[in-house]
Amino acid sequence: MTSVATVPDRDVVLGRRGSTKTEYQSWGRYPKAAHDRVTKIYWRDQLQDALRCADPASLLPYGMGRSYGDSCLNRGRDLLDCTALDRILDYDWESGRICVEGGITLGDLLQVTVSRGWFLPVTPGTKFVTVGGAIANDVHGKNHHRVGTFGCHVKQITLYRSDADAVVCSPAVNTDLLQATIGGLGLTGVIGSAEIQLKRIGGNAIEVETLSFQNLDQFLELSAASDKSYEYTVAWVDCLSGSQTRGIFFRGNHVEKTVSHRSIRMKVPFAFPEFVLSRPTVGLFNCTYFALKARNPGSALVHYDPFFYPLDSLQNWNLLYGRRGFVQYQCVLPPGDVAAVKRIIAAVSNSGEACFLAVLKAFGEVQSPGLLSFPRPGLTLTVDLPMRGNRTLALLASLDQLVLARGGALYPAKDARMSPAMFNAGFPNWTNLVPYIDPKLSSSFWRRVTAG
Amino acid sequence: MNLMKRIVILGATSGMIQPLLRKMAAQGNEMLLVARSQERLDAVRSDLLARGAGTVITFETDLTCSPDLVFSFAEECFSDFDTLLLSYGTMLDQSKCQIDAEQAIREIQTNFVSAVALLTVFARHFESRHCGTIAVITSVAGDRGRRSNYVYGAAKGGLSIFLQGMRSRMSQYGVRVLTIKPGPVSTAMTANLTNVPMAADPEMVARDIYHALKNSTSNVIYTPRRWRWIMAMLNAIPEHVFKRMPI
Repeated sequence: MTSVATVPDRDVVLGRRGSTKTEYQSWGRYPKAAHDRVTKIYWRDQLQDALRCADPASLLPYGMGRSYGDSCLNRGRDLLDCTALDRILDYDWESGRICVEGGITLGDLLQVTVSRGWFLPVTPGTKFVTVGGAIANDVHGKNHHRVGTFGCHVKQITLYRSDADAVVCSPAVNTDLLQATIGGLGLTGVIGSAEIQLKRIGGNAIEVETLSFQNLDQFLELSAASDKSYEYTVAWVDCLSGSQTRGIFFRGNHVEKTVSHRSIRMKVPFAFPEFVLSRPTVGLFNCTYFALKARNPGSALVHYDPFFYPLDSLQNWNLLYGRRGFVQYQCVLPPGDVAAVKRIIAAVSNSGEACFLAVLKAFGEVQSPGLLSFPRPGLTLTVDLPMRGNRTLALLASLDQLVLARGGALYPAKDARMSPAMFNAGFPNWTNLVPYIDPKLSSSFWRRVTAG
Repeated sequence: MNLMKRIVILGATSGMIQPLLRKMAAQGNEMLLVARSQERLDAVRSDLLARGAGTVITFETDLTCSPDLVFSFAEECFSDFDTLLLSYGTMLDQSKCQIDAEQAIREIQTNFVSAVALLTVFARHFESRHCGTIAVITSVAGDRGRRSNYVYGAAKGGLSIFLQGMRSRMSQYGVRVLTIKPGPVSTAMTANLTNVPMAADPEMVARDIYHALKNSTSNVIYTPRRWRWIMAMLNAIPEHVFKRMPI
């Protein structure tokens, strides 16, 4: 028989080049990127070979592609599709500790844990993200003011790197590498597995209260009054409502009740024509939405799924924005700086762009262990804007100046276009990440913001 | 409707059946997982347990060389199993198999000879039990030899014919033999192949196999179902035309 080759053949391990896999894009579908080679990983024991065979700065782990900009892209280079690493490796239903592979999605995990009385400690606005991605972007949720980011609840990870055997990192060992990996944008290695502390719940229901506000000072009052007694708070803002920024404030808590939920899954079949989300249609939607919600204030018992993941029931909703895609702009501004929020909203409103989704939330004081974590005490505003070329980019550049002047920062997971100067201003300690970056890993985002 | 209870899976780390195993786990089934790598078996085992499986036992072995060992382990540690699922296989590079006898033999050995050995040994158990299901994954590639894949196809086709005869024999004992013929499925096995036409999602394949296992009347299934008609059309092409087709 032939002997087993000691040096694995690169084409066997990583697959052949030149497979134009157009489905590997980011959620905003801007910028578009063509990758050279996409390798799907099925078992953790394949990670080591894949990393070792790769060229320097050629690879990036890829999960569900829910980052909006280019932090999950690696233009002209290679990706490691890790979504098949979706197994639950260990669990303890007494203590709520669970160890999972990095490619499992939060939705898949919830399907297993909720019936056993456990919930995610922190969840973003979509359940279609992987645990690895949640750590790499150090995502936050509606309970940031209480419990901090996702990274605050990671007890241990096993990191696969090209220059070492699988490294176990925890608050006790290799702490610096753990801190670099939380919010490290997938550059410090592939998260093979992670152990997370779940949160006890008594049922699948959330008691949610809906209140309307007529201006941002009212928002601040509501937010301050709710932070102590409500685990989840968030506000939807009508960006197009003119001088007074009205909106709807949501606050909720888990309750020991169980409600049934029939998931309706609709799918956007193709990229819609661009007039679908234009100024008049969105203006009409916003007015109707505000009127409906403001007319029926009060409490309701809802299943966790529609509360946390309202957009997940519409698959591919990103295609609503049309062929050119969209950008999401998420910034954080100093605590209580409503004036800055007002100016940004006014700038968006006056630009004539159709801003459909605008979300405002007050971050809390809980410090994340992550080196490049985005959340920090203050107000975070998120706006979705259809990508309409240079005029959209010019608007965003003007918003950058406002954020910069207030000492704010932009969220890398949402960004597709910030300048190196802007990144440097928001994350002045980014150079501390550099020594931890795996020599084989890189991303479009990283090359862009560290250029020059 | 006969519910599955205790299932032996030969080739439990095969990519095609991972969603199927999860479906079976959610129903609380008990499973014996057999495969080559203990590390991978451990990962599958813990995942299935978390998703609701009853008992899950693992056994690490190379299925191509030790049928008796596997069988005696199953009899001892997992007695009274009622379903056998044989799901392992390899797809070596056809361009190498057609010029290298050693490769060709290896392909036939894994996909046909070793499966025949295991099925022959395991048949005893079902014969004496007078009930149960033997389910085996072959391939649409076994329905007609094509220039691009005929060594693999010969092995899988041979296995399908073996199962045909075995089905007839086992029917005397009330034992069902289910032949599962998947079209190309996107798994680790096909990840490195270029030109995989119409590769199906393993989730879809899992649904079809699960349904066939529960529905005791099916004998041969194609999954995804369209492959029954595609293969019927391919089989209808006269040989003098077919031999010139670059497929």
